[in-house]
Amino acid sequence: MARRFRWTLPLVVITLVMAACGTSSTGDNKTVTIIGTWTDAEQESFLAMVKPWEESSGFTVKYQGTRSINDILAAGIPTGVLPDLAGLPGPGQMADYVKAGALQPLDDVLDVATYKSETSPALVNLGQVEGKTYGVFIKAALKGLIFYNPALHDYSADAPATWDDLVSQGAANQGNAEALWCLGIESGDASGWPATDWIENILLRQSGPDVYNDWWAGKVKWTDPKIKAAFDLYMQVVGDSFGGGTNAVATKFQNAGDPLLASPPGCEFFEQASFMSGQGAFAAKKAGTDFNAFPFPAINADYAKAIEGAGDLFGMFHATEGAKSLMKYLVTADAQNIWVKRGGALSANKNASDYPDAFSKAQGEAVAAAEQFVFDGSDLMPSAMNAAFWSHMVSLTSGSETVDEALAALQVVADDAYKPAS
Amino acid sequence: MTAGSAAIDQAGPKQGWFARNHIGIHTALIILMIIWAIPTLGLFINSFRPSTEAFGTGWWTAIFPPYQFTFDNYLHVLNQSNVGNAFLNSLFISIPATVIPIFVAAFAAYAFSWMEFPGRNILFVVVVGLLVVPLQATLIPVLGLFASWGIAGSFLAVWLAHTAYGLPFAVYLLRNFMGSLPREVFESAAIDGASPVTAFFRLALPMSVPAIAALAIFQFLFVWNDLLVSLIYLAVFNPDNLPMTVVIAGLISSTGQGLEFLGAAAFISMALPLIVFFGLQRYFVRGIVGGAVKG
Amino acid sequence: MTDKLITAAIVVVGVPGVLIGYIWATEQVLRILPERRRPGVRPWLWMAPALAFLAIFLVYPMIGTAIHSLQDNAGKVFVGLDNYSWFFGSADALSSLKNNVLWLIFLTVFVVGFGLLVAVLVDRVRYESFAKSVIFIPLAVSMVAAGVIWLYMYQYKPPGTVQTGTLNAAIGVFGAGPIPWLQVQDFSVNTFMLIIVMAWMWTGFAMVIISAALKGINPELMEAARMDGATEWQVFRGIIFPLLVPTLVVVSTTMIITALKAFDIVYAMTGGNLNTNVIANQMYAEMFKFGQYGRASAIAVVLLVAIIPIMFFNIGRFRQQEAVR
Repeated sequence: MARRFRWTLPLVVITLVMAACGTSSTGDNKTVTIIGTWTDAEQESFLAMVKPWEESSGFTVKYQGTRSINDILAAGIPTGVLPDLAGLPGPGQMADYVKAGALQPLDDVLDVATYKSETSPALVNLGQVEGKTYGVFIKAALKGLIFYNPALHDYSADAPATWDDLVSQGAANQGNAEALWCLGIESGDASGWPATDWIENILLRQSGPDVYNDWWAGKVKWTDPKIKAAFDLYMQVVGDSFGGGTNAVATKFQNAGDPLLASPPGCEFFEQASFMSGQGAFAAKKAGTDFNAFPFPAINADYAKAIEGAGDLFGMFHATEGAKSLMKYLVTADAQNIWVKRGGALSANKNASDYPDAFSKAQGEAVAAAEQFVFDGSDLMPSAMNAAFWSHMVSLTSGSETVDEALAALQVVADDAYKPAS
Repeated sequence: MTAGSAAIDQAGPKQGWFARNHIGIHTALIILMIIWAIPTLGLFINSFRPSTEAFGTGWWTAIFPPYQFTFDNYLHVLNQSNVGNAFLNSLFISIPATVIPIFVAAFAAYAFSWMEFPGRNILFVVVVGLLVVPLQATLIPVLGLFASWGIAGSFLAVWLAHTAYGLPFAVYLLRNFMGSLPREVFESAAIDGASPVTAFFRLALPMSVPAIAALAIFQFLFVWNDLLVSLIYLAVFNPDNLPMTVVIAGLISSTGQGLEFLGAAAFISMALPLIVFFGLQRYFVRGIVGGAVKG
Repeated sequence: MTDKLITAAIVVVGVPGVLIGYIWATEQVLRILPERRRPGVRPWLWMAPALAFLAIFLVYPMIGTAIHSLQDNAGKVFVGLDNYSWFFGSADALSSLKNNVLWLIFLTVFVVGFGLLVAVLVDRVRYESFAKSVIFIPLAVSMVAAGVIWLYMYQYKPPGTVQTGTLNAAIGVFGAGPIPWLQVQDFSVNTFMLIIVMAWMWTGFAMVIISAALKGINPELMEAARMDGATEWQVFRGIIFPLLVPTLVVVSTTMIITALKAFDIVYAMTGGNLNTNVIANQMYAEMFKFGQYGRASAIAVVLLVAIIPIMFFNIGRFRQQEAVR
């Protein structure tokens, strides 16, 4: 037996290694590898969007959806193990990837003139680093929608135009609702983000887009009275919320709006982004009839036209023929319309407007028509700042910190986080 | 096996409150079992309920009529486009990533416990000390290695990585177990002219079966439940090789939908590790060591 | 698909074959050497595969990490101990360190204590397999699922509404609560709630190992004591427990290290908010979220240094074991 073994051993080793390696393929010229955050229904929509391009170009898309895209790219940048195209965690990381020389410029890839005419300037700018375009938006979301239950009071004809209006109408139409607001900010390791959206929406309407943009860029101190004013108003909302701050911190954002639809309702209003219509109890209800939404009201009349949005950035790591062709296709209205039609997304492209229902059509038009469009500020901050912002919003909401304590602590983080990278 | 336990059975009640089958033992054990089972039971029941029910009312309300059970959550998980392939991948990753470290660790543990060489204890402590190396700190350099070897994206890469990550604990556990075996056994084997290889395969390995079985379970579980390692080493070059955990993580959408499917997914993915556990249960019995000594 | 099946077939037969073949081959190699040199060379051949794996996949990255901890983010400029002074100077880090001490003490005591208790108790009943399975199941649960399971346990709803969380509903029966378990920072209650989740998962781990050691004890030893009229408790105190001590040290050491590296549960359940953060979570954030490789590396090195005392204790223990066997 021993003698026979002597020959089989090297053979087995060789076959084993070959077999194990044989399954590793880095993709041939006719394949475009993509990693994105979209899974499940979103993944199906993305693949549906890509399909016509695959058929016309003869390329195949190899797509993997995962929410751990941050980890994959953080490991991929220094090692060069990167897909052809990928969703990018945010504009901050995009700039880092550009600096590392990993992301490829898109100016020669896209039909720039058409792209710029069809996309909101704010979104175009966010995809640029030092004048070159590196990231494009595949879909967008509208932040700061106020959801309400028409069964309690139908605001579709007379949506409150100002904050004071909203508070007084809320008091007048309270009916058997327990509280003015619903609030829920729990989201695992990202807990607190719905509260940062609140601060952003308030700040934008109180102090305008210029202060807003200086704030996320680190040019306005957290301890500035304008920032404090936004935090103070948010604390009023916490005080007027169903179950108070303790409940807000304990409630998953997905289910935060459920009391709005309960009977008797727990609250009258609930602030969230446009994608909320697919979450929690909203998912089973009909948008426009069972629930509806109006835009965040103005606080300072000068900034009545400002809206906040967010979106999914997309970038190119390998400038292969297929990748370039696909990138060019993805920003077109034809491509984005496919996803828009399937629902669950707002288009980043103004000309893609085949929304499946009146509810999402209204949000899509709001994005397309916005005069002053700003991007989610916390997503634009350095990631350490963003994380601290989330975290302090949790402490603040739960009542374990005062506004002044939170702002002072955030300024300490800012002093470190905005330091120019060495 | 039987000789020992039969004798204990006969020891009977006169041995006091700590004796076999004493009522106090049953009470304590059953209370512990209930405490341990309740959290999982809650998820199990909720996994058969529609999401509005599961999040709106406590799981215990489902025990009473009207019943509103559904298989929808399970069907949704099983209908994920690549779930079958991912399940096979999980097997392809987990089985070699369990077998390899056990053998490699057993060789090293045998050397550490029954061979004399200078620096033995220091080297051993260094090996065990590597337990504390945070996995996340190794991902980037190791991915760089795999990329330069051209095996990033292959099963081989994940086997090698999981073997290394599992080794410190495996060596530690097996060295402790093998080191406690009686010295006479090995001395008499050596006198009979058995080589270390023979002593290892005929004595050390069979006598360590309970520890190896325990190790096999843990290593299998850790690899089976791993998400990060597979994702980093496989996702870019070969997403077709990704395991079940990636599919399960994908049930939650980028905007946070899909929480209700996690329960069903958890029970589907737990099934196999539990079968492994039940399968290996029979090696956790008294007498394996004694039997090997006599044999 | 078919090439996957071929791979599987080769692997199932090949992997054990290669490994057993390697050890067999080393003996052939040793025959070339003169007999007196063999005992000096043999252990290194037996350990070679393990050492190679560890050197490539753990030691090499750790050396890089140690160097990186003395550099800035880009890995170009030597910054001395700046990253370390940042770590020990930040309030967040000190709060995390304090939490890790709680984790270390209570997770270890809880897991080893209950693991031992269960292992000893199940040894004395007929439904041993079933009881063990119940305690073991949580270990088979992935971290994501554990997060959902304990979400249902700790859930909080405002007072006056129906409580859907198991714990709040249970104390509600007695008119108490509801308590927002993961928000109570007094006496680090929220950190303890996270430790409980981890302990619930890992008790099965300790139980399996301790139980395996228990089954390894020679039954004749216990029989002899019983014949001499010892009660079961005396048998446990005098014979079983001392023989289990080495295993308890192994389990405790493993749990201490697990506590130092505790990460997933904190990440999934509280994200480290409200003073529940731990150092491994901080390291992960610095490395993968903030791109601060220098700082992340410094934290990894701190972790490594922290276990040195425990390792020295282990050396002492192994010397003892060898002296008595």
